[in-house]
Amino acid sequence: MNTNPNIFTRILSWFDPRGKTLGTYGFMLNRITALGLTLYLFLHLIVLGTLAQGPDAYDNFLKLIENPILKFGELLVVAAVFLHGLNGIRIGLNSFGIAVPRQREFFIGVVVLSLIAIAFFGWRMYFA
Amino acid sequence: MAEQWNITLVIRRQKQGQQPYDQEFKMEANPDENVIDLVERVWAFHDKTLNYAHACHHSTCGACGMRVNNVEKLTCITPVRSVVSNGGTLRVDPMRNFPVISDLAVDMGELYRRMELVGHHPVNSDRQEAIQKEFRPAGPADPGEDFIRLSDCIECGLCMSACPIVGSTPDYLGPAPLAGAHQAGLASNPKLLDIVGGTDGVWRCHSAYECTAVCPSNVDPGWRIMELRRMLIGEKLKSWFSPRKSVEVSK
Repeated sequence: MNTNPNIFTRILSWFDPRGKTLGTYGFMLNRITALGLTLYLFLHLIVLGTLAQGPDAYDNFLKLIENPILKFGELLVVAAVFLHGLNGIRIGLNSFGIAVPRQREFFIGVVVLSLIAIAFFGWRMYFA
Repeated sequence: MAEQWNITLVIRRQKQGQQPYDQEFKMEANPDENVIDLVERVWAFHDKTLNYAHACHHSTCGACGMRVNNVEKLTCITPVRSVVSNGGTLRVDPMRNFPVISDLAVDMGELYRRMELVGHHPVNSDRQEAIQKEFRPAGPADPGEDFIRLSDCIECGLCMSACPIVGSTPDYLGPAPLAGAHQAGLASNPKLLDIVGGTDGVWRCHSAYECTAVCPSNVDPGWRIMELRRMLIGEKLKSWFSPRKSVEVSK
């Protein structure tokens, strides 16, 4: 098929929302959360690397992430885990032929469940 | 007297080797006529150099697929009132992911080649129609029988234009050929199993379901792709529990 030879333009076209339906928003969300979780994995490994510098270095880092802005970053990780994980279950079940005609409602359910989980973890992180 | 709206029709123009540009046409339109009627009026009364494909005008030939306000539509069955309001702007672009021949006409050759590859017949016999309803036909259809009716897929290419993966992965078979493979039936052609289960087959689909959303013939390619996956998983599980075939070693 005829596609743009520039790979970045091709990938950016995934995120063009014009004229798209809910299924594509699920597709976009899965790509964005996957990139976020991959970035987090690298950051996580770097942070674990501070253990090699001794307990003080690690404790100092733990104090740093008490900062509300960094906490918000952690909340984004929680959001990505729920959105990506639950949407992954939706796509996995669809691949077994389950609930394909109801994939739209399934996606709405995924988002609602994720929002409830994000609200719960947000409350625990900031107010509990 | 028929209702008349004043609309602005914007058509994406492009001749081979030239930069694309938008051309505007102010026109009166009956909201109950179809978008293809407006495009034809532009050709008849404004600009004879406008190129577009059309034939049957009743959603059978699949020739007039275009993007209307960024959504893939079969323009012969898209009423003006469903895509614009009085005084509004209606935008018509060629389909995505196909080479533009001229203006709104695109080269569909690659789609037809892939449909042939999976054994899809745009015109079907009654017997094949009955077989397709079973999804897993017992054997190949009699090649001698008459072809007397159209199958659901009209090969309009709208799903290929709407699919985000076709746009980024040129070798991905795409929703229409995969749906065609499902309609033709894996059991009637064992080679299809390798084709649809291969690198550029059903596992490339990322479940955006735009194919199903834009299909004018209710083929539901998204569902068919998922059914193919279910069938492939079933075949794989069966192969794990069936006795291994002996392998002949050549001396």
